[in-house]
This record gives sequence, structure tokens and C-alpha cells, in this order.
Amino acid sequence: MDDWLSYRLSDLILFSPQTYYRMFAQYHARIFPLQVIFLASAIALPIIMRRSPERAERVVAAVLAAWWLWVAIAFHLARYSTINWAARSFALVFAAQGLLLAWFALTHRRPRSMPNQLGAFGLFGVAALAPAGSLLAGRELTQLELIGVTPDPTAIATLAFAVTATRFRLALAIIPLVWCAIGGATLWALDSVEAWIPLLGAIAGLGLLLRRRRPARLTAGR
Amino acid sequence: MTDDLMGRRELLRLTLGAGFMRVATPFLPQTGSSIVARVIHSSQESIPVIGLGSWITFNVGDDRAARAACAQVIRAFVDGGGRMIDSSPMYGSSQAVIGDAIASLPDPRRVFSADKVWTSRADGRSQIEETRRLWRVAKLDLVQVHNLLGWEDHLPVLLEMKRAGRIRYVGITTSEGRRHADIERLLRQHQLDFVQLTYNAADREVESRLLPLAADRGTAVIVNRPFRQGALVNAAARQPLPSFAREIDCTTWAQLLLKFIVSHPAVTCVIPATSSVAHVRENLASGRGPMPDERLRQRIAAVVQSL
Repeated sequence: MDDWLSYRLSDLILFSPQTYYRMFAQYHARIFPLQVIFLASAIALPIIMRRSPERAERVVAAVLAAWWLWVAIAFHLARYSTINWAARSFALVFAAQGLLLAWFALTHRRPRSMPNQLGAFGLFGVAALAPAGSLLAGRELTQLELIGVTPDPTAIATLAFAVTATRFRLALAIIPLVWCAIGGATLWALDSVEAWIPLLGAIAGLGLLLRRRRPARLTAGR
Repeated sequence: MTDDLMGRRELLRLTLGAGFMRVATPFLPQTGSSIVARVIHSSQESIPVIGLGSWITFNVGDDRAARAACAQVIRAFVDGGGRMIDSSPMYGSSQAVIGDAIASLPDPRRVFSADKVWTSRADGRSQIEETRRLWRVAKLDLVQVHNLLGWEDHLPVLLEMKRAGRIRYVGITTSEGRRHADIERLLRQHQLDFVQLTYNAADREVESRLLPLAADRGTAVIVNRPFRQGALVNAAARQPLPSFAREIDCTTWAQLLLKFIVSHPAVTCVIPATSSVAHVRENLASGRGPMPDERLRQRIAAVVQSL
């Protein structure tokens, strides 16, 4: 046990920062121009949530499910696994979250209210601004974090959804919370200031989940 | 065998004692600008003291440009007289990158392949075979039990594979001072060809027991983390190189740090990792020229402790 405690975070990282960021560049090059579709869906989600909140849960859950399944296959399995043998396990976990969200969308019941809407929009904003965070941290344009395309902002956006969900909030939030911790720890070990984005996202998400306030009553469409 | 072991212990005592102005290589004389070589006791095969590690540096996935750069590093290493390259299944794509690079060399047989078995499964044979396949060699030279993981199962298998001629040498590894008591026990209980451990001017714990024991037992020593993953060199770079570095033809801190390590007569090979052709040449240069005597070794250690 003492041996395991002697390991530092950096001992668990198998690659250099340059290799990590180049992996993102290769990924984006391989999937271009699909990023446009993901960005369009990301822009549409908050609009749907504001205009039609009672139907939003189903649509958002379905879109998030597609994002998680995409990241599982296209990012973790096809790309990240080339430099990190743990990425195959990450792919399984991301696929599980995608299936959970898909199940949520399929069994959706019209909610009476949606709590934490303001907090959710804030979290979603953080996820959407992930590219800006990447640039400020020194990444090149070809290496950016993108909502729906790469794991960290996808996890934060899902936390934004989970905190407003009227059912299974904690179940929907567990994997995104864990991933924010893993993603943040990875960036921390690589000495990147970006580490704060997923870590603060996790803290904010957890805080909103545990908040004990009456949810805002839905008024649109009634 | 007893005489041979006593000879090694006595030689170790003499070469570490005071009064020697230069340490001639305990086992092989230098010629011209060739890298100092040490003998693997179990076979009397000689191996240059400067090797090449692959933790992080060669784990570049399928990035073609990065792989080509790694191949250049390996080419420069072999062209400069280096032989031992060390890797592990734990190091991601490093093994495949090394295999591709070696295959492009004019004479791949010059490379001494040192790899590891790293699995909690009882039988590591399939992993070792996969490693051999990735290296694209007919036979791995050295297979080590990585960080002693599952040594109870893997060590007998490795010894059997050696007897069957499927590998040439057997070893065990640890790093950063972990499990030294287990390493000591295994060195005493088994006749091992190699032990790999951490040793540098800041991490000298192994000088008191493990290095003398390895010499006593006729076990060759591979040294990992010579620069504490770059931390020692980065800390040292803030200070001017000591003037006494000139006495042993060192022009950089990295060379001074490496000469400290390889001048210990129990050390067979040190394996600094790098992704830079310039650094691999700089590292190889530290295997040439005069080596520090005990007085100079203590001065190097004192300077490093003060960083």
C-alpha cells in the first residue's frame, strides 16, 4: 500500500504535453468538418431549453447521448488509446453514459419544473467556451477542446443538464463528475492551467446538484 | 565462482577507496573515443555504459512525424555507439515505435533489446511474445519483471525461457527507491543477470546495500531516472557548471550527472530517455573520456545536494 501512495500524479501520465496536444490536432484533422455539426447542435441546445423546456429534456438527453457515444468511439477508442492504454476503459465508460442518456431520452416524462436553470446555463457556457480556454492556455487552433467533440467540455455540458434533470440527477452526473476529475488531473499533471476548467466544472456541478432550493416552475407552453 | 565474486567485491572496494586519481574502467579498457563498456558478468558480453530509455519519449502513438523523429534519435544513438534500449508494455506505443526504428537500421542486431513483463496475470508469456513482435526481433535480449509486479509468477517463467534459449537474460526492476528490501531479497535468493534501479547524485540510497550486493552476486546494474525525469537538469541549469567539470571533459550538467552514475563500478548501463538527437549525442559523450574518481564523485554529489 505504501508503494502505491508513493506514486505521484505525474507518474501515471504516459505521454508528454506535446504528444497529448498533437493527438488532439490529429483527431480534429481526421474528423473535419464534422466539428461544424457538433457546434451547431451545441448552439441549438440552450435555445431549445429556453423556448420549450418541457420538451427540452428529451431532446437534450438525446443529443448528449450522441455526443458521449461519439467521444467514446472517435476520441477514446480511435485516438487517445494510441498513447494511453487506459483510454479503452474510458471508451467503455463513455459508451455507458451515452446509453444511460439515451435511455433517459426514451423514457422521458414531461417535467413539472426544472431546477437550477441559471446554474445550468452557466455551466453550459463554461463548456461552450472551452475553445477559448484552450487558446488562452497556449494550445494551437488545431488542438482545441470542443463541446460534443472532446471529453472535458462534453462532461461539463452534461453536468449542466444533470443539475436540471427532474429524474436520476445523481445517476446522470456521476460519470461526468468522475471524468471532470480525471480530465482535470491529466491537465494538472501536464502543468496546464486548463486543469481548472474541468475541476471547477465538477465543483460547480456538485454544488448545484446538492443545492436544496425549490425548482423554478415551468411556465412556457402552459 | 567464489573467487570471481570475491574478486568483484575486492575490486569494488579498491575502486571506491581513496587514492585513485582516475578510475580506469573496472572491466574493459577505453580505446580512443569509444564509449566505456562494462561486462555483463553472467556472459562476459560487453555493453556500452550509456543506454537509452523510452518512458514517455517514444510513446507518440501513430503520429508519423513524431515517429520519424524518434527513429532519428534511435539512429543517432546506435550510430554513436549505443546498444541498450529499454522499454516496457506500460510505455504505451514506445515498443512499436522502437521496433519500427530498429527495423530501418542498417544492422538491427547491434541493438540490445531490454524490455519487461508487466501484467498481473500469472502467465506473462503472451505479453512477452507480443513485445518481441513489436520490437521486430527474433529474440529479446533481456526481459525484466517490471517493478516486481507478479514476480512470484513471472520470475520462474523468465528463468525457464532463458534455459530454453528464448531470451538471453533475466532481470528485475524497481524505481524511485521502492521495494528495495524485496529487491535485496530476490538478489540473494536468485542468480539474476540484471537488476534495474534508480541511482543518481541526489538519490544515492542504493550505494549502501544494493550496488555492493549486485556486484557481489554478479548481477549487472541498469540505472533508471538518472535526471529524475528532467528535474535534476532543470534545477542544475540555474547554476553555472562547476569548474571541476573540465577535469573529466564535461561541458554540460547532464554529462556531469551521467558520469557520476557510470563511474560507480557496480553500474553496467544507465538509460536516460530523450526525444532529442542533440541530447542523445550529449548523453553518449558522457560515456567517453576520463571518469571521476571518488573525490570528484563526492564533489559532484555535494553540488547536486546544494541545488
